[in-house]
Amino acid sequence: MTDLGPLVPRQRDMHPVPYDPEYKTSVPRSPKWPLLSMESTPSEETGPRFGHGVIGPLDNNLVLNFATDGSPAIGERILVHGQVLDEFARPVPHTLVEIWQANAGGRYRHIKDTYLAPLDPNFGGCGRTLTDDQGRYQFLTIRPGAYPWPNRGNEWRPMHIHFSVFGHSFGQRLITQMYFEGDPLIDRCPIAATIKNRSQLDRLVAPLDMPMARPLDFLAYKFDIVLRGRRQTMFENRLEGL
Amino acid sequence: MPQPLANLTETASQTGGPYVHIGCIPSFAGINGVYPQDLGLSPIQPGALGPQITITGQVIDGTGWALRDALIESWQPDSAGRFAGQPGADPAVSGFCRFAADKDSGEFSLTTIKPGPVPARSGQMQAPHISLWIAARGINVGLHTRIYFEDEDNSADPLLARIEQRNRVSTLIARKTGEGSYRFDIRLQGEGETVFLDI
Repeated sequence: MTDLGPLVPRQRDMHPVPYDPEYKTSVPRSPKWPLLSMESTPSEETGPRFGHGVIGPLDNNLVLNFATDGSPAIGERILVHGQVLDEFARPVPHTLVEIWQANAGGRYRHIKDTYLAPLDPNFGGCGRTLTDDQGRYQFLTIRPGAYPWPNRGNEWRPMHIHFSVFGHSFGQRLITQMYFEGDPLIDRCPIAATIKNRSQLDRLVAPLDMPMARPLDFLAYKFDIVLRGRRQTMFENRLEGL
Repeated sequence: MPQPLANLTETASQTGGPYVHIGCIPSFAGINGVYPQDLGLSPIQPGALGPQITITGQVIDGTGWALRDALIESWQPDSAGRFAGQPGADPAVSGFCRFAADKDSGEFSLTTIKPGPVPARSGQMQAPHISLWIAARGINVGLHTRIYFEDEDNSADPLLARIEQRNRVSTLIARKTGEGSYRFDIRLQGEGETVFLDI
């Protein structure tokens, strides 16, 4: 009866502005001309699918997945969990969620990061998982540290975890960042401030979730993610001129 | 008051940052041992049908400088225009690839097979193309674009037809540089700015 229709067009005003002089790197890297808008085609409506075969048992456990000498990573142990939904509040099951982050001292394990905070020999900083039948995911990790970066004179990133989510369509592809409730650096961050809609920024701030914290083990934060939806309709007329 | 809509709003994007490789292609960042190998190393496996091609290029900013930290993802069908998972699709074409600008030269390279044509929703056939998505520090919302091919008939492609400024069409067309090799530079801003898609 119904057909899985085209992707719902992105509401660009719910996203960051591409060009923001306060975030200097965006100045030469933001397109000047308008994007070309068109109804999605199978090229955008399909997308890569990943099976459980590619996911290792420790992939979503950043405390242990780089434990070179068997010791867990240093830092405040946290569970980060949530649900991936689409714009129609339908769960997005079996989709790949990847995260990456700095260690507890604010240092990334990357050839280009030269911050003076030390590397943790037992922390790699990446993890991945597939959502379950209800679109839910979980990671065990440590709380990343804030760190300085070159932009304006004295710039610090709030504590954050990067998220990459696929959905089921290449057009749903999303990279974002999760912030932590109560971090005073969020409102001083020019990257967070590229999002001009306050409630959209607030939705990137994960609340402390005490019922999900495990006594004597870890605290928990909840971070739900919404991807573009696909219209379902019985009326899928062929549009002229496309 | 009308009935409220129960719809949700898409989560806001944020830049992938300079260390996007840690999460997406950790071996590029120098991290080995978390995963057996990076995801999306190649869009094709041995035996993939169709002519093999290599596309090289750079992602260039508004000052003319090639990015050394860009991450690119590609998505394409097999040589008959079928995407992985669709009935009859070539099992040797996963269609998905992740590749990065070289940290010294900024050059990227994608080796794949020439994709087949795929119809649009209207039924009208699209010329063969590869979909791209670009993430990097300074890019606040990932950028979608497409690679078309100089040696294909692009005259009836519905997306290319919608580009009003015909002088910009060539920004989406890979230039043939040899047998099976193409050049495709992506210009984020400035002269020859690539057409990016809201699709």
